[in-house]
Parts: sequence; structure tokens; C-alpha cells
Amino acid sequence: MMRDALVYLAAAVICVPLAKRFGLGSILGYLIAGVAIGPWGLRLVEDVESIQHFSEFGVVLMLFVIGLELEAQRLWAMRGAVFGGGTFQLVLSGAALAAGGVALGMSAEAAIVAGLALGLSSTAIAMQTMAERNLVPTPMGRSAFAVLLFQDIAAIPLLAAIPLLAAHAWTDGSPPWQQAGKVVGAVIAVLVIGRYLTRPVLRIVAGSNIREVFTAFSLLLVIGIAQLMTLAGISMALGAFLAGVLLASSEYKHALETDIEPFKGLLLGLFFISVGMGVDFGLLVRAPGTIAVIVAGLLSFKLVTLWIVATVMGVGSKQRWLFAALLAQGGEFAFVVFNVAETAGVLTAQRAGELTIAVALSMAATPLMLLLHDKLAAWRAGSSRRPDDEIRESGNPVIIAGFGRYGQIVARMLFANGMRAIVLDHDTEQVELLRKFGYKVFYGDATRLDLLRAAGAGEACLLVNAIDDIADSIALTDRVREHFPKLPIIARARNVSHYVELRSRGVEIVERETFESALRTGRHVLESLGVDRFRAREIADAFRRHNLMTLDALVPHFRDEAKVLSEAKAGREELREFFARDRAQFETEQRKGWKAGS
Amino acid sequence: MICVVHAHPYPSRSRTNRALADALRALPGVDFRSLYDLYPDFDIDAAAEQKALEQARLVVWMHPVLWYSVPALLKHWIDKVLAYGWAYGEGGHALSGKHCLWVPTAGGDERDFAPAGIHGHPFADYAPTVEQTARFCGMRWEPPYVVYDAMNIDDAALAGHVAALTDRLASWSRQQATEPMGTAP
Repeated sequence: MMRDALVYLAAAVICVPLAKRFGLGSILGYLIAGVAIGPWGLRLVEDVESIQHFSEFGVVLMLFVIGLELEAQRLWAMRGAVFGGGTFQLVLSGAALAAGGVALGMSAEAAIVAGLALGLSSTAIAMQTMAERNLVPTPMGRSAFAVLLFQDIAAIPLLAAIPLLAAHAWTDGSPPWQQAGKVVGAVIAVLVIGRYLTRPVLRIVAGSNIREVFTAFSLLLVIGIAQLMTLAGISMALGAFLAGVLLASSEYKHALETDIEPFKGLLLGLFFISVGMGVDFGLLVRAPGTIAVIVAGLLSFKLVTLWIVATVMGVGSKQRWLFAALLAQGGEFAFVVFNVAETAGVLTAQRAGELTIAVALSMAATPLMLLLHDKLAAWRAGSSRRPDDEIRESGNPVIIAGFGRYGQIVARMLFANGMRAIVLDHDTEQVELLRKFGYKVFYGDATRLDLLRAAGAGEACLLVNAIDDIADSIALTDRVREHFPKLPIIARARNVSHYVELRSRGVEIVERETFESALRTGRHVLESLGVDRFRAREIADAFRRHNLMTLDALVPHFRDEAKVLSEAKAGREELREFFARDRAQFETEQRKGWKAGS
Repeated sequence: MICVVHAHPYPSRSRTNRALADALRALPGVDFRSLYDLYPDFDIDAAAEQKALEQARLVVWMHPVLWYSVPALLKHWIDKVLAYGWAYGEGGHALSGKHCLWVPTAGGDERDFAPAGIHGHPFADYAPTVEQTARFCGMRWEPPYVVYDAMNIDDAALAGHVAALTDRLASWSRQQATEPMGTAP
């Protein structure tokens, strides 16, 4: 166990950065790592199948995270793309590939099963690639996701239909109505767990303030749902996706995402390694011609049919080949289908082996096809101007960290004007209370990098740092400056030294929390002493201007206490002189100015 | 009801304008609105201002002349309060039929406001923008009450202005009481 972990981690740590360095992308790096340590490489790992089984959980976690990103309304809005576009893709690609199978001399049943199975794409590879290239929120990315989602739904009935095609039908003994009952029961259980049970439990767990327990609960939730789905005979990934969608609108969305993310990444990597290990090079050496024909046929038929699907689904003309290249590979589900089909006698062992290898090779070809696509696209674009940026609906324009007395006012002003903001706060009770008032607040510690990333700091146009704890506020500022240097910050300062700390870190706009209200109080005092209200305002305006000027002059040497003291003293003197001059000017204007005093 | 819209940045610093303002404020049936006291941050409450105007039959604009024009806050008041759909444009008849009296207090005397004077034109040449603002909203333009030489006039002259202006408003009120609204051309 420890030795295996050593092998996997070492292979990943060596191969993935190398692959990235050579511009091959992380997925190809994992696949190469798998080949290197697998039965046809260094033979460091022999039991490929069990690790394949285990690492499939990475796909489950990935779909859970995808679900978290997708609220029920948005999923509902995608129904046309999922069922219309998805059906069209599977039927079109499946029919073309089945025709190819018949041409290779397969029986009609075998060709249909193989064609539909090859029509499925790899959710893991496609989603991971799109996430790496930040394509998920684009219209093209959403269309691709809709197709993948439908494939996940369709895979189960496809698997169930194989025995019906078999000459000598087999069944697992349970009558169909019982099977249907199990499925409905499991879906209802997920709905109840996701909707009603999870949030109160999460609240208690988060309230305990023990980080690792929250992480443990996140994993428990996904593993539990996956197990439930297995019992009912539904795809684990689909169940996890459903649970994710149900939790997408909860305040713990980003915290869950943050905690699941590293596990997802590692297991997904392991999954790609296991695909690499699973490539049977022995068969490849024995029948290279047939396999080459299958791989070429699979990729070319799918590229063309997917290009048509992209056109029908309204993907922009520049991105249709990208869409096709992203989805052209065979999917992990095909492995299962071929396995079952072989058992059912629909496919011969030889053919099933060839197909499996072809799918694995097509997966490995995806990063290469994308490289080729990029080169071609760059060459075609030539020296012409850069294409317009995609408008990303799901991008969140403003992040507000801290929803106490201060951040609340900022956020309410934005919400009242129909602007979107992601609000983060780490006080469970506060979050709970504000949720009751209908504010969309997320629970989590905003100073954590992963949470910031999950909240969309990479795409946000602005961060409001309204945290009241000075140390946290500075920690957040440092984190953002280091990892998102382009994200502008508008910050709240508790006092002068906090103000100077923030300004010296290059924060563009800093407001001292008591300054403006103190100025107003000063105005009220002047008014009570008989100064005209507008004059009182002018005095406050002048004071503010002078004060900010003096303060910003302090920023460069704020660590030099002696210098700060002398500057502050000089500033005070200067302020007195300034107001003396201002008063004299005002009096002259009032007495002698031709337009005044009237 | 008379609505006096008064705009002086520093009311306590003025002499002429304050004397007139104090006199008008004391009259019965006058809603006196000192803009620089109400909105020192220029955050005009347009709805409240419109409500005040709706209740009046005479609107008085009283202010010192600053650089041949109205003070900045009164200009802002015009921009915000005399809104489309309320004061003008489609459905904008809230002010039509009301009377408008302009009371500018100018620092210069009548010699300054002459072709040969330092301001180069008679005061009436600077009046059309204000007059047309009222007319565009359908208001009836009363002959303006202009106070010249506001900085230098002696107490007797000032008292005369106060008496004349209060008398003008009082007689306008008496006349309105006998003449129902809407019968005048």
C-alpha cells in the first residue's frame, strides 16, 4: 500500500511537470506516467484493475464539484442542450461508428453496441482539459458539458440494453419493476439528503470549527451517495452530480468545493495513470493494423459528427473543431461496456481487447489533437487581430470578503442595483442569519487561497476587503497580491496604521471605517456653533483632502517611528496654516468679491 | 401657498439677501426652502421638492447672482427637480399655470449693468435663461424683482426693498384670493 502510493506519487511528480513543460498538458503526463510504471513499462504495479476501480472515484468527485458549480435553475435552462444536443450527438456519432463497425465485418448487434459505446466521450479528460484552459464557463464549454452530461445519463440504459442484444440473454434475476423501484428510491434519497439533511448537518459540523471534520464530512457525503447509487445500479458519478447540484445554492458551496478539490485532483490523476497502465501493448504488437484502423476511424468519424453537432448546437464557427477535438476520444465508460458485452457474448474477446486499446489510445491522442488544433488555429489566424474575449455569464464581477456591519452596506448597495457579488464570511451564525434575510452569503475563511480561487478570484473584476480583523485583512491582501496580482482591491481600514499597512501593499482604494462619520460629526458641531451648513461641508472637505495627503506622504516610511512622529507634527502645523489661509481667502471673498455678500 | 426657493451658499454672511429671506420666511402661507441648508451635500430630494412645488401657486426663486447666473445648487435643483414627465415633456404639467417670481440680488449697481459698465450689458440681458426655464414648464412669468448694489445699499434702502417685496407678495395673495385659479389668461 505504502509502496504503491510511493510509486504513483513519484511517477506523477516526475512525469506531469515534465509533460507540462513540453506543452503536452497534465493529462498526457499522467498517461505517460501510467505507461511507465504499468505492466508494459517498469512493471512497478501489477494489479491494474483494482486501482482502476478505486480511481474511478476521482470522476465521481469531479462530477460532484461540477454539480456544485451548477445551480438547479441553470441546469434546467440547459435541458434543451442536454437532451436535444446530447441525443443528437450520441445517435449521430453512434450510427456513423456502427456503420464503420459493419464495414469492418462486425455483426449488426456488435456494431451497434460498439458504435454507441465509442460515441461516448471521456468526461474526465474533456472536463479536466476545459478546466485547465478555463473554457467551462464559455458557451462552447457549456455545450460540451451538456453533451457529456447526457452521455452519463445514457450510459446506464445502454449498459442495461446489452443483454437484450445478446443471442443468449442473461439477466441478474430481479424483475424490471423492482429495478425501476430501486432507481426511483435512490434518486429520492439523494434529493432528501441533498436538500434537507445535509445543510443542518453541515451547519453543526462547520460550527464545531474543526477543519478536518468538515473535510471528512464532505468526503463522507460524496462516498455515501456513490454507495447508494451503486446499490440502486445507477452511475455513481451521476448521483454525485445530482447531490452537487442540490448543494450548489447552499452557503457551504465554496467550502465543500475547496475541501473536495485536492482529493478530486489526485484521484483523477490516478485515474489517468490507471488508463495508461491499462493499455495492452501485447495486443498492440500483435494486431497493430486493426487497432490503427479502429483508432483512426474512431477519431475521424467522431470529429466529423461532433463538428456537425457543434454547428447544430450553435457553437461559434471558430470553436467547432475545438469542441470536436475535446469530445472525440472514447470514454472510460466504454471500458465497462466492452467488458459487459464480452461477457454477454456480443463481442469476441479479441474485438473487445482491440476496442479497449483503441479507446485508451484515443484518450492519449486528445492532448495531441488539441496541440495540433492550437497550432492550426494560430496559423490560420496568422497576424490577424486577437479574437474577442468570450463573455462569461458565470464569472462573478465582485467578491466581498466580510459581511459584517461594513461589508453588508457595500453588498446591499450592489444587490439593490441588480449587480452580482460573491460574499464570503466565516461566522456561521452571521451567515445563517443573513441567509434568512435572503442574502447569498457563503461560509468560509476568505484568507484561504483555495476558497478565494473557488469564489472566482481569478475572474473577478474587484475584491472588497471588508474584514474587521486587521491581521486577517492584511493576510487576505497579501494572498491576493501574490496570487491574483491583477485583481484590484478596495479595502476597509480599522485605523491609521492599518490604512498605512494596506496602502504600502499597493491597495488602490482604502477607506478608514470611522473617518467619514467623524467628519460628519465635525460638521454637525460646526453647524451647531452657527457655521453655515455648506461652509461646514467645505471645511470638512478641505480637512479630508489635507488629511489624506499627509497620510499618503507617511506611507513610504511608516516603519520609521521617529520620522512618522515628526511628519505627523509637521502635518498638524501645516493644517493650522492651511486653514488660516483658507479662512483669510474666504473672508476676503465674502467682503470684497463682487458677486458675494449680496 | 407660496413656495420660496432660496439659494445662498452662506446665508449668515449675506446682508441684503438675508434681510429679504427673513422677511419672506415670516410671511403667512409661505413655504421657505433654503437649499444650501437643506442639501449641503447637493443630495437634493427631488420628490420632496416637487411635492412642495405642487402645493404652491406662486414659486419664488431668490438668490444672489453669482457669475451672471444662479448659484450651483440652484442650477442642480433645476436639473433634478424640473424633471421630464413632471415639469415638461409627456405628462409633465405639474407646474403649468403656476406663477413664477424671480428675485435676484446683484452685487453691481445699474451703472455696472450697462453697455459701458463693467458687466457690459443691462441686467435684463442675463435674464432670458431663467425666464425661459419657467416658461418652458408652463409657468406664468411675473415681472422680476431685481435688487441692485446689494452689497452697498444703506439700511433705509434695504428696508425699502423688504417692504416692497413683502407688499408685492401680500398683494399677490390678496389678488389670488379673489380670482380663482385658472381664470387668468
